[in-house]
Amino acid sequence: MAIKPEAQSKVSLERHGLTDEQLVAIFRTMLMQRTLENRGFQLNRQGKIPFASASEGHEAVQAGAAMAFERGKDILVPYYRDLGLALGIGLTPYEVLLSLFARAADHSAGRQFPHHYASRRLGLHTISSIIAAQLPHAVGAAFALHYRGEAGRTVLTTFGDGATSEGEWHESVNFAAVHKLPIVFLCENNEWAISTPLSKQMGQPDVVKRAEGYGLPGAAVDGMDPVACYAAVGAAMQRARSGRGPTLVEAKCYRFLSHTTDDDDRTYRSPDEVRARRKDDPVPCFERLLVEYAVLSAEQVEALKRGVLEETNDATDRAEAMAYPDAADLYEKVYAEGWEPWTL
Amino acid sequence: MAVVSSANSTVMNNVEAVRATLYEAMKNDERTVILGEDVGARGNVFLITKDFIGEFGERRVIDTPIAEASIVGIAVGMAMEGLRPIAEIQFADFIYPSFNQIVGEAAKIRYRSNGEYTCPLVIRTPYGGGVRGALSHSVSIEALFYHVPGLKIVAPSFPDDVKGLLNAAIDDPDPVLFLEHKKTYRLIKGEVPDGHYTIPLGKANVRKAGTQLTVVSYGLYLHWALEAAQRLQEENLSVEVIDLRSIRPMDKTAILNSVEKTRKLLIVHEDNKFGGIGAEISAMVAEEALFSLDSPIRRLCGPDVPSMGYALPLEEEFMSSPAEMADAMRAMVKF
Amino acid sequence: MATTDLRTGSLERHGLSDEQLRDMFRNMLLQRQLDNRGFQLNRQGKVPFALGSEGHEALQAGAAMAFNRGGDILAPYYRDLGLCLGIGLSPFEILLSIFARAEDHNGGRQFPNHYSSKAAGLMSFSSILAAHLPHAVGAAFAIQYRGETGRAVLATCGDGTTSEGEWHESMNFAAVHKLPFVMLVENNEWAISTPLEKQMAQPEIWKRAAGYGMPGRRFNGFDPIETYAAVKEAMDRARAGEGPTLVEGTCYRYLAHSTDDNDLTYRTREAVQERRKDDPVPAFEAVLLEHGIVTPQDVAAMRKDVLHETNEATDAAEALPYPEPTDLYKHVYEGAWEPWQS
Repeated sequence: MAIKPEAQSKVSLERHGLTDEQLVAIFRTMLMQRTLENRGFQLNRQGKIPFASASEGHEAVQAGAAMAFERGKDILVPYYRDLGLALGIGLTPYEVLLSLFARAADHSAGRQFPHHYASRRLGLHTISSIIAAQLPHAVGAAFALHYRGEAGRTVLTTFGDGATSEGEWHESVNFAAVHKLPIVFLCENNEWAISTPLSKQMGQPDVVKRAEGYGLPGAAVDGMDPVACYAAVGAAMQRARSGRGPTLVEAKCYRFLSHTTDDDDRTYRSPDEVRARRKDDPVPCFERLLVEYAVLSAEQVEALKRGVLEETNDATDRAEAMAYPDAADLYEKVYAEGWEPWTL
Repeated sequence: MAVVSSANSTVMNNVEAVRATLYEAMKNDERTVILGEDVGARGNVFLITKDFIGEFGERRVIDTPIAEASIVGIAVGMAMEGLRPIAEIQFADFIYPSFNQIVGEAAKIRYRSNGEYTCPLVIRTPYGGGVRGALSHSVSIEALFYHVPGLKIVAPSFPDDVKGLLNAAIDDPDPVLFLEHKKTYRLIKGEVPDGHYTIPLGKANVRKAGTQLTVVSYGLYLHWALEAAQRLQEENLSVEVIDLRSIRPMDKTAILNSVEKTRKLLIVHEDNKFGGIGAEISAMVAEEALFSLDSPIRRLCGPDVPSMGYALPLEEEFMSSPAEMADAMRAMVKF
Repeated sequence: MATTDLRTGSLERHGLSDEQLRDMFRNMLLQRQLDNRGFQLNRQGKVPFALGSEGHEALQAGAAMAFNRGGDILAPYYRDLGLCLGIGLSPFEILLSIFARAEDHNGGRQFPNHYSSKAAGLMSFSSILAAHLPHAVGAAFAIQYRGETGRAVLATCGDGTTSEGEWHESMNFAAVHKLPFVMLVENNEWAISTPLEKQMAQPEIWKRAAGYGMPGRRFNGFDPIETYAAVKEAMDRARAGEGPTLVEGTCYRYLAHSTDDNDLTYRTREAVQERRKDDPVPAFEAVLLEHGIVTPQDVAAMRKDVLHETNEATDAAEALPYPEPTDLYKHVYEGAWEPWQS
């Protein structure tokens, strides 16, 4: 399925076994991701929160990949631009808003930056701001699954194109290949690492071409196409679950917004370039496709959008009303027990 | 000092103590895996894990690619998902590529997830000089890490402490950096109690009692300090020697009790003086017990150079000696 | 050895003269002689440590022949005795390093075989695997930055080092900036005790090149002429501003990792013996004899000469003094220094 607006009447909907209900669920995750993300930027502009980061353009790959994730079994080791993935595996908008507002009830109790979630319940590993630092952890988690013989479970770990330049990326992919671990490395290649374009990140533009050098299969997929992403990531995860080893999947997408609210992308790329890429925006593209194939009516789309906005508003109000952590919480959870560097 | 095995103890050196303790951990807990460079068929470059791979298999004794960042990082992920990994950095000098995973990740996992995820991990590494290890097989690294909350650091010097503290480190719910002075590996023998036991982290041990001077040390230098203190004993000068054993957390009570008694403090360590462990101890004693002191605190530590050189005179110049320590002790007692 | 066509008996010289072929062979003999000398001195209790490079002779002699003295820069690792000899280091300098004498390039600070020579374009390197590769890439950047066409950096490492993050980061940066950089991997199948199959899931390192967007090729590192041709092609490409190349030479580590290692704990004597049939030193000798480039008398004279030179260098270096204890405090920074300033 290539979803291009100018060619929409010619494309066909390849479902890869997804039901109408699943397609709608994917679309709703995409809508929710975009709405929540904009909410972060709005709250920042209103002066209510100091910081928010963005994932616009990643909705399709994340909603599609999340659909391939088996809740209660698989483990997700994401990075900080994975709002949609986290939502897709079960994180609630309220939990996202708690993170944005850094409230005491947040999973990290307000310690971490926004969008750095963690949920043991969901199998969602704690996220680091340090690029590629999560990848050895993901490999270690996959080793644990493999070691205990827990067939049918796999780790999905994600990163941007910039992370592929880190030594820890290389070491992680290599180790997973040597030990044939149940893990899928999903690169969300959005062409930008803050201000650094892909051409300054690597000597050739296809991350997937690295797979052969490590001795593992690689798969490239259109990251603007949620169903294709579901299929590619799903096949890789199924391969991992059945003990056939790791896969490197590269989804080509695009970062429509600045890196974060602290960044101004006009300093390094032209608004025209970004505008030109908007034609591939996966949210309206997928919407048109679902309507064209009568998976959704126009009215149902409107109802979905309304529902998502209401849920976001409700989550915003509830989270905002919650308390910050106590100052004394600074000293909590450094070690398992209360601690002092000096013992008495 | 002759040491003999008794009905309830076995004489071993520090290598054997590490080995026996790791063996017991592997035997007793299937969640325990060992990963590092050459830990498998070679059985570690000091033969600490010799024959482990035959008994426990490749899945539990993992010869990793040469990639230290991922040795620690993968162990972090294993720990987060319920295993009890023991990562080995072949020489402490090789730990720098994994600095991010130790300081930036392992030490923060619990904190940043508000306790939802934890990182019960042991990182073992041989450190220290006096073995003709040159610039890259000699360093002490403790000061680079003891600044880091979320991490624990242990540096035992005697085989019985090696066993008790390594068991405690393995049981510990948080990441522990376990430092083994390689010069003491075969040099130091002692009685090790049979059976399983632990020694709590953060507890020092008075290895020699005395009244006129407190000496605080750990590692190879602790043994040299004990030797020097013994010489002074023959001169009827009484020195108390404290084996720190744990560097983070560190035993305040043991140090203060001793200093209140002897009223003098000498800190001896092989690591560089500037910004070293002795600096923190000095500051603590100055804050808590300044008016108990009868003389300035003194530190006898490694010189401020990047490492010891390979040529013998360069190593000898870097390293202190029991004689130099005895001189320093004598001067302080007589101050 | 692919150098000779068994059917025609012809020798593919890749432009090398008889004299160059003999130079390469002499380098190989000298490398082996010096390597053995280090191990002997260790067994005699005269030096605490030595490293072996037996099996790497052909690869290193061939690669060194592709190095332009006075122009190129070498960023080697600690198993590159032959390469360092081949670019101009003397046996006396090697022995100074083994004995850790004051006159050694690094003043006796470093382990044996950790050479450096600014004059030879030989960058200082540590025992830490892959740590030198970012330096090599930085040096290549400096050459490119100053527009010094005709110069290139030759960096080497073993197969184990390719697993390090710094290897990856170096390769990637060199490719992004199309630097005059050649990554020569001396794949000897062993990283201390770790065999290649535990190092990587597929055994051909050159296949990683495509992922970085640079050319890659593999050659028989037991063949000095094939090595020369492969490394020269890559170096010429780099010198001409056409960017980096990954070249992988296959060889074998015949000795233990170092005098502190016992390789019988992880591989059998028979396995090593089996690989001895490919030993590049007698194999290349046979090729040169067959093609009349050397006579048996020439070979005997060369061996004698190499041994004599090694003995002389050993005696000369041993007679020299250690560094002074106070040398420990020199060259920490420029000039005199103290951490506390008054």
